[in-house]
Amino acid sequence: METRTEKIRETAKRLLSEGKVDVVIGYRAGTIPLRTAPYFARTVEEAENLIWNSHCRINLANFLPRRKDRVAVTAKGCDARNIVNHIIENQITRDQVYIIGVPCEGMVELDLILEKEGRPIQEIIESNGKLTLKGRDFSTSLERAEVLRQNCLTCAHRNPTVYDELVVDQVPELEGVDRYVDLKELLAQSDAERYAYFQNLVKDCIRCYACRDACPLCYCHVCFVDETMPQWLGKSIDPADVMTYHLLRAFHCAGRCTDCGACEAACPMGIKVRQFTRLLEKDVKELYGYETGLSLEARPPLTVYRPDDPQEFIK
Amino acid sequence: MQNPYKPYPVRIDKIIVETEDKNLRTFRLVFLDPEDEKAFNYKPGQFAELSVAGCGEIPIGIASSPTEKGYLLFTVNKVGSVTSVLHNMKEGDVMGVRGPLGNAYPLKELEGRNVVIIAGGFAVTTLRSTITWMLDPAHRDKYGRIIFIYGARTPGMLLYEAEWSAWQKRDDIDTYITVDREFPGWSGMVGFVPAVTEQVGPNPENSSALICGPPVMIKFTQPVLEKLGFSDEQIIMSLENRMKCGIGICGRCNVGPEYVCKDGPVFTLAQLNQLPKEY
Amino acid sequence: MAEMILKKSDLAEFVKSLLSDYQVLAPVKEDQKVNFAPVEDGEFLLDFQNTFLSPKHLFFPQSEKMFEFSTDKADEEAFILKEAGNNPQPRVVFGIRPCDAKAFQVLDKIFGNDQYADPYWFSKREATVLIGLGCNHPCPTCFCTSVNCGPFHEEGLDVLAVDLGDSLLLRPLTEKGRKVLEQAKGLTSADNQAGEKAAALKAEAEKAITRKVFTDEIAQRSVMELFEAAHWDRVHESCLNCGTCTYVCPTCHCFDIQDEVAGAVGDRVRNWDTCMSWLFTMHGSGHNPRPGKKERVRQRFMHKFKYIPLKRDGEIGCVGCGRCINLCPVNIDVRDVVRNMNA
Repeated sequence: METRTEKIRETAKRLLSEGKVDVVIGYRAGTIPLRTAPYFARTVEEAENLIWNSHCRINLANFLPRRKDRVAVTAKGCDARNIVNHIIENQITRDQVYIIGVPCEGMVELDLILEKEGRPIQEIIESNGKLTLKGRDFSTSLERAEVLRQNCLTCAHRNPTVYDELVVDQVPELEGVDRYVDLKELLAQSDAERYAYFQNLVKDCIRCYACRDACPLCYCHVCFVDETMPQWLGKSIDPADVMTYHLLRAFHCAGRCTDCGACEAACPMGIKVRQFTRLLEKDVKELYGYETGLSLEARPPLTVYRPDDPQEFIK
Repeated sequence: MQNPYKPYPVRIDKIIVETEDKNLRTFRLVFLDPEDEKAFNYKPGQFAELSVAGCGEIPIGIASSPTEKGYLLFTVNKVGSVTSVLHNMKEGDVMGVRGPLGNAYPLKELEGRNVVIIAGGFAVTTLRSTITWMLDPAHRDKYGRIIFIYGARTPGMLLYEAEWSAWQKRDDIDTYITVDREFPGWSGMVGFVPAVTEQVGPNPENSSALICGPPVMIKFTQPVLEKLGFSDEQIIMSLENRMKCGIGICGRCNVGPEYVCKDGPVFTLAQLNQLPKEY
Repeated sequence: MAEMILKKSDLAEFVKSLLSDYQVLAPVKEDQKVNFAPVEDGEFLLDFQNTFLSPKHLFFPQSEKMFEFSTDKADEEAFILKEAGNNPQPRVVFGIRPCDAKAFQVLDKIFGNDQYADPYWFSKREATVLIGLGCNHPCPTCFCTSVNCGPFHEEGLDVLAVDLGDSLLLRPLTEKGRKVLEQAKGLTSADNQAGEKAAALKAEAEKAITRKVFTDEIAQRSVMELFEAAHWDRVHESCLNCGTCTYVCPTCHCFDIQDEVAGAVGDRVRNWDTCMSWLFTMHGSGHNPRPGKKERVRQRFMHKFKYIPLKRDGEIGCVGCGRCINLCPVNIDVRDVVRNMNA
């Protein structure tokens, strides 16, 4: 992690001092342990604040749509695929963005750490795959592997697929991972059981829209929840409206989602909203053989029509 | 505890289509319960939330004057979801009125002064209330000279023709009605409101100016008044902002620390200069 | 009425003695999160930092029905709004932290102003007795002592409880509080020693809050000076404009009113709303006074730290509970923002 931090700072300083970009978007250390914050470095001095650690959960591609300036972005595998997606969807041009690729070995899940260590944590030190948590009168340590995020445990692309430079050597991709093992169990259930599962999943939703606002795909000028003429859905916590929101958002992400997990990282209630998007990701993979953001030339399958497209599911 | 969110039930007594594009309608509303009418004590400059059950509420300035008994008048522009439904309603339909809300024009402070009233487009609604009130025999001699300047894009977009034609015939109010450009059949004044204001050249001495209109009109009328010698304290404006509760609680309409629904909508320019331009 | 002692082993007796007249709510762990829930015995938490969501939903639920109406034209009362039963049951809420109680007090001044009072808020306030629990070990993110509050602060509470170890000291603060303690069983009079121990715990707790936030300059400066400061250009960049901070905050109170219709009946409902949303200030004409993230982020902090103190007798619109710091997905730290405002 330290190497990545050093290299990112070096690259950022170089790009800024050479005038190649107007801003480098990366992460800075959080004001409290276990957090990082998106950071916009505009000078060589500010670039010194950039870091990389196991808490870089927010997807920085979120800050790209409709920008007018030239930016460099530190991007792990999933983030880089979202940047490719933005370019394909005309939200930013290829020459506007300099992709600082960061091969990634996974980010840790905040809630898992807090579950394992319930006492208030005052400091965290990361070194050699271990996280040392210190608080008032205690010090414990955890293996990173124990608390990796779900999406990182099943990551298909740890290395950025499209990039301008890589800060460290590529890391080995995970082998023999079935991304959809738990979904197969879910799909084996009856429709009623599965619907009840999803209703239970979102019962604590407070309609804060943090999932939508953290998601790089959600960049519509007027989100469907904000439409008024006509109004698509109610704004209360009525379970029907909550479900409508999550279902529709997942469908809008179909064929575009990279499973970066920013939605789950942002959710204050700890709702596993990726269960919605992953089902659709599985469908797109199986029906169209497509994975998002692997190449600038590919088109998301739900934006094109080919005569041989599978269509038995269209009734 | 009285519920300030509860509207009074009213019936639509008459609908008048005011403008040639049909987007502005005046609704004459009658209280279902006469006790409610007694409770609804309003002053010119105030507004009310018109409630369409099933749709929502909209804050609309009261166009009638408290001197007109038995009904309330509201002129509504069709812009969004609630106003569209309202425009499709018929005479005899039931809806709600919640209010009166907001501070009023400072008519007490204006006593003994000359008053210049400048209106553009359909922002003239609460000024109809104000002028009607001031011209009422019980109040007219409290005020000095009254000048009324009102402009719209075309003659077909002018509101309240019956009222201002009558005012033009009176000698206790100087009425100047203008349209933006020449129009066949129009023999009145031609020119934008700021230009007409400059032409009329009201004297700032012991005067106050009430302006209400679209942002572009205000932007160009303000410098004219300043040139004529009006201070920021003498210029009084009425703001609009998106509202929901109308009673200073839901936190939506604030301009700096002031709630447009409760501390306003009437503010002097001097007050507005101390506030962020979030309106 | 003197201070009382309640042994933790007598908690169940205490709660049961109140159940005839009150619903009792206390901190309970559900799915790893602490929140207030109804209890009927002593099985609840005393050893927790704070509830996950602020308890403002006790008086200001996220979605609340205000009125009902019929849309059936055949009904002669159609389209006339009827009040939808605002009769809250008497409750005792045990374990409110002083910061959250102070927040209720600030909100009392907002839900009721010189002209209007919100009946939905006040009916629940009147029906509820708050027994607070002093914070022996304040959260690392707490800064309540900087915003007119403290770990043992009494404003907004009817009774203050102090955890002495195997018992609680109960200090009645209001008539409502006294009434509950007089009715309750399992209490004995407290002696001086207990009182001294409580005072010592208070002093220790206040000392433990080392991070200070200063608002003196904010109070001195004009609205426009604070509004036009340069730091707002940077704060908003990482903000997602989601509603998290506003929804978990104990003093954020902005709401939306919506009509919902199903067939021939409808409700007028009020829902929490957030100034972070672009739709919050959008005019029907399409004009938006706060068109961008900068304007909206600035509004939130100006409202809490300048506008509310100006209009509500110096009360600050923040009680230092630290929930927004813990839950903001991009780690925008209110303490840093206020430091910049005060600089």
